[in-house]
Parts: sequence; structure tokens; C-alpha cells
Amino acid sequence: MATCMAQSPADQLRARFGGAVLAVQPTRDEVPTVWISGDRVRDVLRYLKSEIEQPYRMLYDLTAIDERERVNRQGQPSSDFTVVYHLLSLDRNADIRVKIPLRGEFPALGTITDLWPSADWYECEVWDMFGIRFNGHPHLRRILMPPTWNGHPLRREHPARATEMEPFRLPPEKEAREQAALQFHPEDWGMRRRRDDADFMFLNLGPHHPGTHGVLRIMLQLDGEVILDAVPDIGYHHRGAEKMGERQSWHTYIPYTDRVDYLGGVVNNLAYLLAVEKLAGIEVPPRAKVIRVMLTELFRIISHLVWYGTFAQDLGQMSPVFYMFTDRERAFGIVEAICGDRMHPNWFRIGGVAQDLPRGWDRLVRDFVDYLPPRLDEYDHEVLRNPILRARTKGVGVYTLEQAIDWGVTGPALRACGLEWDFRKKRPYSGYEQFEFDIPTGIHGDCYDRALVHVEEMRQSLRIIRQCLENMPAGHYQSDHPRATPPRKDRTMHDIETLITHFLGVSWGPVIPPGEAFQGIEATKGNNGYYLVSDGATMSYRTRIRTPSFAHMQTLPLVTRGAMIPDLIAVLGAMDYVLADVDR
Amino acid sequence: MSEAIRAILTVVVVLLAVLTVAGGLVWVERRLLALWQDRYGPNRVGPFGVLQVLADMIKLFTKEDWVPPFADRAVFILAPAIMVTTSLLSFAVVAFAPRIVVADLNIGLLYFLAMSSLGVYGVVLAGWSSDNKYSLLGGLRAAGQMLSYEVFMGLSLMGVVMLAGSFNLSAIVEAQRRIWFFIPQILGLVIFAVAGLAETRRIPFDLPEAENELVAGYHAEYSGMKFGMFFLGEYVGITLISAMIVSLFFGGWLGPWLPPLAWFVLKTVVVIAGFILVRAALPRPRYDQLMALGWKVMLPLALLNLVVTGGVVLART
Repeated sequence: MATCMAQSPADQLRARFGGAVLAVQPTRDEVPTVWISGDRVRDVLRYLKSEIEQPYRMLYDLTAIDERERVNRQGQPSSDFTVVYHLLSLDRNADIRVKIPLRGEFPALGTITDLWPSADWYECEVWDMFGIRFNGHPHLRRILMPPTWNGHPLRREHPARATEMEPFRLPPEKEAREQAALQFHPEDWGMRRRRDDADFMFLNLGPHHPGTHGVLRIMLQLDGEVILDAVPDIGYHHRGAEKMGERQSWHTYIPYTDRVDYLGGVVNNLAYLLAVEKLAGIEVPPRAKVIRVMLTELFRIISHLVWYGTFAQDLGQMSPVFYMFTDRERAFGIVEAICGDRMHPNWFRIGGVAQDLPRGWDRLVRDFVDYLPPRLDEYDHEVLRNPILRARTKGVGVYTLEQAIDWGVTGPALRACGLEWDFRKKRPYSGYEQFEFDIPTGIHGDCYDRALVHVEEMRQSLRIIRQCLENMPAGHYQSDHPRATPPRKDRTMHDIETLITHFLGVSWGPVIPPGEAFQGIEATKGNNGYYLVSDGATMSYRTRIRTPSFAHMQTLPLVTRGAMIPDLIAVLGAMDYVLADVDR
Repeated sequence: MSEAIRAILTVVVVLLAVLTVAGGLVWVERRLLALWQDRYGPNRVGPFGVLQVLADMIKLFTKEDWVPPFADRAVFILAPAIMVTTSLLSFAVVAFAPRIVVADLNIGLLYFLAMSSLGVYGVVLAGWSSDNKYSLLGGLRAAGQMLSYEVFMGLSLMGVVMLAGSFNLSAIVEAQRRIWFFIPQILGLVIFAVAGLAETRRIPFDLPEAENELVAGYHAEYSGMKFGMFFLGEYVGITLISAMIVSLFFGGWLGPWLPPLAWFVLKTVVVIAGFILVRAALPRPRYDQLMALGWKVMLPLALLNLVVTGGVVLART
């Protein structure tokens, strides 16, 4: 951590930019949060990115908050809309949050796409969701919502439910408008139709295509089979997960998180709940922590097995996916025995987990950790050492470490570039500091190294699960903090105070004190983080989900220009994304 | 007169047998793949699911026979027919057993190569006439791949021809009485098997189809029985290549105890199973890697094989 620093980054900013620093806001997550006036945003961010010692080189997240209905804003500059830049420094292992207050109904701000290429999609998302313009953005467009959408969904006045809107109608002129919006014009995508004597071919890959693993559309500009440009079109899987956070209670939002990275199951719960617990100041008992770690690692294996099989499948190898799904079924057997559900168990709770481990869980887990390693060795022979597969993935989809950091790449893809960066080690949460495991890294940053890292991670996860198995602490699985939900039942029948707390906690849901907290975790596909703003209610005021797949998908044009269509499929296969994690 | 009847009878029997085998292969392949992939495969229709093929055929025949309005109608309809016809015509020269052959041509092998060249048109025309970008890419890949692989496919067989001193398949089988040609011509066998895989467009050479990249490639727009003909053509093709491998390298119908025809069928089945195993095991190379393999590795090897075999044959005479 930045203990050696003489000055805090906020002080440094104050010294450098003086009056542009409007305020420093305390937050529950203790991330330095600095309010900057909008006209200096580029200077401040450039300073933080490249001039300050131990710079913040990664634009980790960029989002906004509609502040117009927020009550508890003590010490914050007045603002209708706040744009939030979340930067991450790998050198310091620390974050900084830069907030820009904006006034007016449809405010505007300068773009930072020239500082960080990854700001492109994030700024589009903020425009799409809040109606905040970014002046100078090369191509500000709707990114998640359809181009014909009216309104900006994350504004407070936008309805969250269809029942709050007018009944849907499709008069002929609207149909014509929708049809026209579907037409493809290469110029709108930043593509040229011809060069010299050659006409380019435009290939519409998706949203229904066997190689895209879901509803992802990629427009390709082709010269023969060589890709000149590839533009992903996302949003087909957008389900308004962030908006739903503003209408579900803190407790009833948990099942929605399951479906964000839908292969990751409880891993999503963990990221969300750690942020909630930070806001509420809940300490989770050791047994619950270890149970959480065990299931999280089990789900990492489950997710990676799906990735492994489909990766081989994308490269034309048809058998591995069947073996890996069979293994995954075994893991699901354990998840089912413990949680009662398989893909989306919705099993972690505020302050712990839903139930204690069932009798005989240890035998199930032990069988699995004994069963999987020889299978993984076999898959090495079958998949990773296959010469055709190597030829297809080595040197394909390469980005350098600098590019990866610039584009906000995290997780296995970042480690494949050679950087040992894992939140479980760097910022241990949920008791990860007590476990022994290694962080696998690659060298070349290509598809093959990404695959190697993924496969080795499964072995490390097995190590962690074995340690959970052998060292499962005794004790309770749920915190006795009054805001832990659902509250413990056993004492409710003994005194009226506990009964009332229980009643309110179950019917309304817990009231979380006002504040802001972010928690990032090492999810299956990269860093998944929840940035929660509480206004002291039973529901979140703003729920921001920072997903790894969004950032990773944005790198697609970077690594596929000049490659061939099969390379594109290999890149997608090695990327390890799910569309719900991209679109939320 | 009896010769004529015999000839017609042979044609009908061979045609029926090949079509039945090709149809049955669909089931065999699906069951074998399932066996290797830890699953069941089709096991519901009839005993062990053997009637699955029948059910599929009924389904394909009763589907709407649809031609996309943007397709080049005549060519679109012609393409699958070319594919099946050329594959079936090749069987005319395959010698299943002594005297069980439709046309005992003295240029049998050349005829086989010619027919397999014509078969490419089926794929290329299908890809072109569909007026679909994915199909077009599939057709382009097919044209490149097959033209390249045909070159050394022919060359790889010249060693066998030199050893046997004939293009006639019956004569080639008879010439293997002393030693099956896969021993002196092991290189030729390997090259021919690779080229044969490429000719049948199966994994790892299914680039014209490449499900994960081109959806279904050249036959993306086909449905009903026209699609069924491409499907059938693929399986007839596998049977053909397997029968050729058996005739040219594994002594055809030669073998002790069992009747000649039984030996031929048995050997062919084993080779087919080998092809299916390859499909279960291997991923798909990229287009340029495939071409590089063809021109930079396989062609020189085929030429080397030709030169060495020629030298040995000359030295012995």
C-alpha cells in the first residue's frame, strides 16, 4: 500500500490544481474520493495517469450518479449528475475516485478517450444511461439500448417497470422507423466501403452465431477473409441489472447478481455482498467466510470448465466440451447438495450464507478434488498440447501488458501478459490471505497463454478448496449483526426487540446507513466490482456493476484487425466472457 | 444376355449397398462419437436407435423444399445433385471382390480422381449460388482447399500405380498378393489419407463448412432433401475414400478364411471408424495453415515418394 507516500493523492491534487479540487469526500471503502471541477477533468486525469509518481494507469471504471433525489450528500458539492472516474494504480495497489459535479438536466463534459482508449465504451454507456454528453467523443452513440430508445434508463425519472410506462404500441410509422434503424450503413460504424480498386465485404456476425456464445453482434469489414475492422455491437443481453438495484431491497437484489456473470453463480453474490457489508459495517463470521471461499472457488472451476470446453469447441475440436460438461455436472452435484440450486444458487446472504453446510458435504467435496486433477492432466494432452490448437492460438489475439492496462483488462487475460495481479492476493477479501495458492501468469499475452492461465487457475482453485475442506472452522454461518439478513431466527421468540428487528428485516429489508462503498473481487473472468451508493433506505440509491467482460470485449477490434475470421473466433473463445456480463 | 443382366444387377446392388451404408454411417458415426464422448447418442428409434436414420430421412423428405428467392435457382438445385452423383459414379470402378465391379476400367484410378475433382463443383457452386456471404466464403475455401489437395492426392497414388503397373483397381488389388502396399507405400498412404479427409471436407479439413466460423458454410441456405443430399454426399464420400484406401493399400478383398467380399467390407468399416475417430479428436486449422501444409509439406513429400518409388522400381527391373 501507499504507506511510503509523503502526501496523500488528494493533497497532491490540491497542491497541483488548487481551486479545481472542490472537496474530498470520505467513503466507507476508504478509496480517496476527490471532487474536481468539470473544466479541469482532463488535466487532472492526465496528471494522475502519467505525471504523478506511481501513476494510476488503469481506467478501472467510469460511470455516473443521478444525484437529483439524493438526500444524504453531506460535504459534497452540489450536483445534479456526478460523473465518477475510478482509477487503479498497479504500482501503489490503490485506487482513486475522481468525481465531477454537473448541473442541469442534460449536462455535458469533455471526453477522455484520448487519454484512455477504453473510455470510449464507458462514455457511450454514461450517455446512453444518463443523457450526459461527452464533448469531443469520436462516436457518441447508444451502446446498450436500441438506437430508437426514448429516454435514458438510469435517470431517476425513467420508469423501472414496464407497468409504469404506457402500453406498448407499434404504429406503422414507428415500425418504419425501427426497420430503418436496423439497416446497416458502413459509415455509421466508421468503415469505408472500398479502397482503390477493391470493394470490401461486410459480414454481419451474430447476434445469432455459433461462435459468439450468446447474443453478440460483430460487424466485420473484410478483404477476402482478412479482417480490416471488427466492431462489436453489444446490448442484446441488457437487462437493466443496475436499474433493478434501485427498486429491489438490499436483500432481494442478491438473485439478480447471480445472473450477471451467469456462469459464475455465487461469485457475483460475493462481490455484491462484500460491498453491502462494507456499507453496513458487518463482520462475517469465519465459518461463513470459508464457506464463501469454497463455493466461490468451486464456481471458478465450474465457469472455467465451460470456458475450456467451448474454447476447444470454437477451434473445431468437438469432444472436449462433453468431458468438461460431465465434470461440471459433478461440481454442480456439490453445489446442489449445499445450496439446493445449481447455476444460480442465490445462496450468500448479507452477513453470511443462507444455511449451514449439509451433513456429508466433506465427502462430496473430497471426491471432487480427488477426481478432477487427473482429468485436467488428460485435457492437457488432448487440448493444450494439440499441435493444431497451438497453431491456431499462439501469437493470435496478442496485446502487450501496456495495452492491457490501458484498456482496463483484468483477470486471466491480464495475467497472461505476464503481470501477477490478482485481487485475492493483492487485496485479500473474505479471508483469502489465509490460503496458500499461486497466481499463474503467462508471457506472450496471446490466446494460448490465456488458455494456460485459465487451466492452471483451476488447479489452484482445487488447492484452495482442499484447504477449505481440511480447515473448515466451527461456529455460526450467519453474523449476529442486526442488519444481517435474514436475521437469526432462534432468538426472536425470546424478546420483543429481536422480534421487531426480525420482522422489519424480513418485510422491509435492512436499512443500510448512507454512504458509498466499492468492492472489487477476482471473479471468474476478471475483476468484478460493485459500487453501491446508499441513501439510508431499504434500497440502493445507485448500484454500479463493474464487469470484466465489458472491458475485455472492447479490446476486440484492437486484436483482430489484420487477422482472419478463424482468429476472431479463437480470440472470442479465449476471451472468456458471457454476454450478460458485458451488457448487464 | 446374361452378361447384361449381371451388369445391371451389379449396378443396382452396388448403388443400393452404397446408399444403405452411407445412410447407416450416419447412425454409426453418431453412436461412435457418443461412445467416445461419454454420452449415449441416438438410442430411441428402433433397437439401439438404428432406425434414427429412417426417421431423419422421413423428416428431410417431408420438409418444405425451399429455394431462397435471392439464390441462383438452377445452380442452387444442381449443386447437391453434382455432389452426390460424382461420389456415386466413383463407385463404378471400385472392385469389391473378384468380378464384383460395375465397370472394370483400365484407367479406373484416373476415373476416380476425375470424379472427385468434379465433386468440388458441387460445393463451390452451392456456395456461390446461395448468394449468402457465409456460403460464399465456404465456397471460396472449398475451391482453394480442394484444388490444392487434389494435386498431391493424385501424386500420392502414383507410387501404388508404379508398383502394380496398372491403373485398374482389380489389377492393383491382385498385385498385393505378395505384400500389401501400405508397407512399401506408407508415405503414400498417409498423404492419400490426408488428402482424402480434405476431399470429404471433414474435421480437421471441414473449413468450407466450419460451423464455429461460417455457421454452415456452403450449405447454410440448404434445407430439406437438398441439404440431405449434401449430407449423403459426405457419407458416400467417406465410404468411397475408405474403400479406395482398402483397395490401394490394404489388399482390397484379399485375406484368409473369409470370403473376399467380407474382407473388403470388414477392412472398409475399420478405416471408416478411423475417420470417425479423427473427427472426434482433432481441432480445425486455419485456412492459410491448411494451404501451407498442402503446398509446403504434403506436395514435396508426395513428390519424394514418387521419386523414391520410381527409383526402386527401376532398380529392380
